[in-house]
Amino acid sequence: MAAKARIKLPESAKIGEIIEVKALISHVMETGNRKDGQGNPIARNIIHTFTATFAGNPVFSAEFGSGISANPFIAFFMTVPGPGEFELTWIDDQGVKTVERAPLKVG
Amino acid sequence: MTRHWLMRLIDRREFLLAGGATAAAAVVAGVPLSFAEDDAGGRSLQFAWAFRNVVGEAVPEEAQVTLDLPEIAENGNTVPYKIEVESPMTEADHVKKLHLLSTANPQAAVATFHFTPQSGKAAVAGRMRLAKTQDVVAVAETSGGKFLMGKRNVKVVIGGCGNE
Repeated sequence: MAAKARIKLPESAKIGEIIEVKALISHVMETGNRKDGQGNPIARNIIHTFTATFAGNPVFSAEFGSGISANPFIAFFMTVPGPGEFELTWIDDQGVKTVERAPLKVG
Repeated sequence: MTRHWLMRLIDRREFLLAGGATAAAAVVAGVPLSFAEDDAGGRSLQFAWAFRNVVGEAVPEEAQVTLDLPEIAENGNTVPYKIEVESPMTEADHVKKLHLLSTANPQAAVATFHFTPQSGKAAVAGRMRLAKTQDVVAVAETSGGKFLMGKRNVKVVIGGCGNE
């Protein structure tokens, strides 16, 4: 099951402007350091990879470790090359891939 | 990036308990790291190896990297961070990677961020876990192969890493 993700972009942007992209996804980010009530280790399940492309071109990506908080929030920047659509992808340890798209209004 | 076999070994807490730490510390002592000997910040062996994994033999310059973190974090489970690296972010001169490292968490490598000239700005923000009071270190790698770093101490009231 894909997790719930949100992308926040400026209402509109101009070509050449540097904009901030904010993204949030709901995820437990289980560290693998914890034990359950019986003392058995709880398997790690974190989002380990995050990628962002705009109009098909890579803009930003990240690899996360267990030191990233639950429900990871990430903010990054991009110089607007023209109109296009963001495609953000999150992949976790169980192979769950969440893809969220958001068009950017340029004008 | 393939992890050094010793890193994987050190990640095992049993290793530390078995007294392997002393042996590994001897190995780290040979590493040109001011951190290896600097215990003031309670820096972990995991950090020494994660740092070495990032910079290799290079000694990063402490410049151009700004970490914005709270001086005191009430809750170590979600500590907001903002990191910015001064860079023209052109095709010829840009920040390629930025590594966020913890000096006292069970796992030292918190995140690695990859930028492109299209990024416009080598800056990133998010939320991290901090097990206890410690230095947070950020190391940037430029397109020219130069390493830059910055650090910031955060006092943690309630530790977060779920290791209790």
